[in-house]
Amino acid sequence: MFRRLPDPGAVDVALVVDGVACTARAGDTVAAAMLAAGVLACRTTPVGGVPRAPYCLMGVCFDCLVTIDGTPNRQACLVPVADGMRVERQQGARSIAST
Amino acid sequence: MTAGDAHHDVVVIGGGLVGAAIAHGLAGRVERLALLDEGDVALRASRGNFGLVWVQSKGVGNPAYGAWTLASANAWPALARELEDRTGIDVRLEQPGGISVMLSDDEVVQRVASMRRMLAQPGMPQYEWELLDPVALRERVPGIGPAVRAGLYCRHDGHVNPLKLLRALHAALRLAHVDVRPGHPVDRIEPLARGFRVHTPHGTLCAGRVVLASGLGNARLAPMVGLVAPVRPQRGQIVVLERLRPFLRYPITTLRQTDEGTVLIGDSQEEAGPSDSVGLPVLATLAERALLTFPALRDARVVRTWAALRVMSVDGFPVYDASTRWPGAFLATCHSGVTLAAAHARLLAPALAGGALPAALRSFSAARFDVPAAA
Repeated sequence: MFRRLPDPGAVDVALVVDGVACTARAGDTVAAAMLAAGVLACRTTPVGGVPRAPYCLMGVCFDCLVTIDGTPNRQACLVPVADGMRVERQQGARSIAST
Repeated sequence: MTAGDAHHDVVVIGGGLVGAAIAHGLAGRVERLALLDEGDVALRASRGNFGLVWVQSKGVGNPAYGAWTLASANAWPALARELEDRTGIDVRLEQPGGISVMLSDDEVVQRVASMRRMLAQPGMPQYEWELLDPVALRERVPGIGPAVRAGLYCRHDGHVNPLKLLRALHAALRLAHVDVRPGHPVDRIEPLARGFRVHTPHGTLCAGRVVLASGLGNARLAPMVGLVAPVRPQRGQIVVLERLRPFLRYPITTLRQTDEGTVLIGDSQEEAGPSDSVGLPVLATLAERALLTFPALRDARVVRTWAALRVMSVDGFPVYDASTRWPGAFLATCHSGVTLAAAHARLLAPALAGGALPAALRSFSAARFDVPAAA
């Protein structure tokens, strides 16, 4: 769906999305990296369980919530990728640790 | 929208939960019914409240209030069903019983004594309650923290989605062809030989009867029809956490998980005048108590905070009154518009349609404040 523009100076960053290794570019947000990798739906909604994709890409709509390095409900469009980052699509509402 | 001297049998002033619930109960019982609503500039207690349908602890020093509250909780399922049947809106009423948690042994002693004293009052309806020790409490509510000393469970308590409630009431009013007029603040109520003329910036309405249900606005309007409404704003702040998988079945006085997974933390009480802004010291205290109650919430994020103004009378109890100077003028004001919505729609409104307050509300007149101040 998305194709990257050529960028001779780009630096590759390796991350893992839902257990699958993929490559992003330094400076990408997690949302941009997922879209470029072909991962369109990044979560399902807490109430209706329907899929959602990044929408506003500027931190407003909260539609791009994902789990990053174990922390759920992070806004993928606001977090820059880092080498070795582990990202999971989020299924419904997050849970809190049971005690 | 009609301007000019439209004639109505009853005009309800106030489109929040109290006014809308009364108008909902009046619809179908009186002919030409109008509801005037100030608009979004109003201090909307109805849009900021916590959403409890709460019985335990209501009625200390006023058994009639305990009885009225319990009657409302009992009438709530019928109101919720009726709203869903008519409008298709499920207000998400749940009445699994509710719990108040106590974080110190002192609190436990005081709470139990207060509960016993309340239920020992003549005229107080009797209901069961349970003091849950930490073990029993954790069995019923997994995740409760070690700092919690006890919980008081009462099976009559519950909660509801207050925004869906307000929406459902207004949807029902539209379906019942009630003349609802948003953006109509009331400047003045003019008593006539028979009935009233209600002045708004968009024209006047003539009414056989008027029902004042405008929360804090009642203080200004009541004297125009020979009534008084000594109410003041009492600020409550609320912390909202991100949506979580369901972990809490029972509403707790200070914390509840909504039908959509959001967690609300609240129950602060401040005398802050007409200001509905939030402040960190109170929010921090709310968060601290919530963490002592549910330590696992430490990882959950705060997504919003807000404050709203309760409509508080001098003694904290509702005021229901009928004007003797200008018969046909009624007043209803309280700080529990959610809990009492069912009583307002199903018990108060039918009586008002007949032209009088229900007998159960005789002791709620503002005349109770007419005692000379001690020297």
